[in-house]
Amino acid sequence: MELPVQTYRVTRADLVRYAGASGDFNPIHWSDRTATGVGLPGVIAHGMFTMALVGRAVAGWAGAPDAVVDFGVRFTRPVVVPDTDEGTEIEVAAVVKEVTEDGLTRLDITATCRGEKVLSQARALVRTPR
Amino acid sequence: MSLDPSFVGRTYPPTAPYLVGREKIREFATAIGATDPAHHDPEAARALGHADVVAPPTFPVLVTMAASRQIVNDPELGVDYSRVVHGDQRFAYTRPVVAGDELVCVNTIEDVSTRGGHGFLTTRTDVSTVDGEPVVAVWAKIVVRGEA
Repeated sequence: MELPVQTYRVTRADLVRYAGASGDFNPIHWSDRTATGVGLPGVIAHGMFTMALVGRAVAGWAGAPDAVVDFGVRFTRPVVVPDTDEGTEIEVAAVVKEVTEDGLTRLDITATCRGEKVLSQARALVRTPR
Repeated sequence: MSLDPSFVGRTYPPTAPYLVGREKIREFATAIGATDPAHHDPEAARALGHADVVAPPTFPVLVTMAASRQIVNDPELGVDYSRVVHGDQRFAYTRPVVAGDELVCVNTIEDVSTRGGHGFLTTRTDVSTVDGEPVVAVWAKIVVRGEA
């Protein structure tokens, strides 16, 4: 079963807010000078911010904020966030792979930005809503 | 970047307790756009059976990333942090993190390898309360990029 695609807009302001909330102040997430200096195409989103947005999608599909039992991803490609009002967009899709006997649902997740996969092996195990 | 494989299996002393604040959970949830009332309103969280507001699933990284400095700053291991890239991340929950939890981390190095000039380091962080109740196990793989 395919779950409804979730689209999240990401701007530089979101990265600044996430940096403060998470305590990850690595300048590649806010300074073009630093990002390009280490060979990146520009300022990139925190991988953990992308994972957090995916977690939000998963909790939404599960229908409960505390439903996630197991959640893992591999970061394969950076999400470049231009310094514009529009920023960029991350699309999160998932399919239900299995519903286990003990009532857990296994999801295979896809996250893309500008048509390219930014995560691989993204999987979650969630409790079925009460 | 050559990492010493003899570090596999090494476990570090427990970290100082991290007190999970209600406002920190609210701030984190707001930063990722998670509007579910259980992240913000203690009454909504209690209706789900929790003592206080519930953290979103990736929240424990605040605690574990700080705790893992124990490993990446271990002078014997010799990780060049300026060359570190985040590879994989996983959370396996016993129960969600809620405001008021006092969390302690125990770091273990699960795997060390070198491929194509890059170093790969997999860490497992067992997060439990100060009373020893397991909460979440967190795995991270970092890549230490070799000199080009």
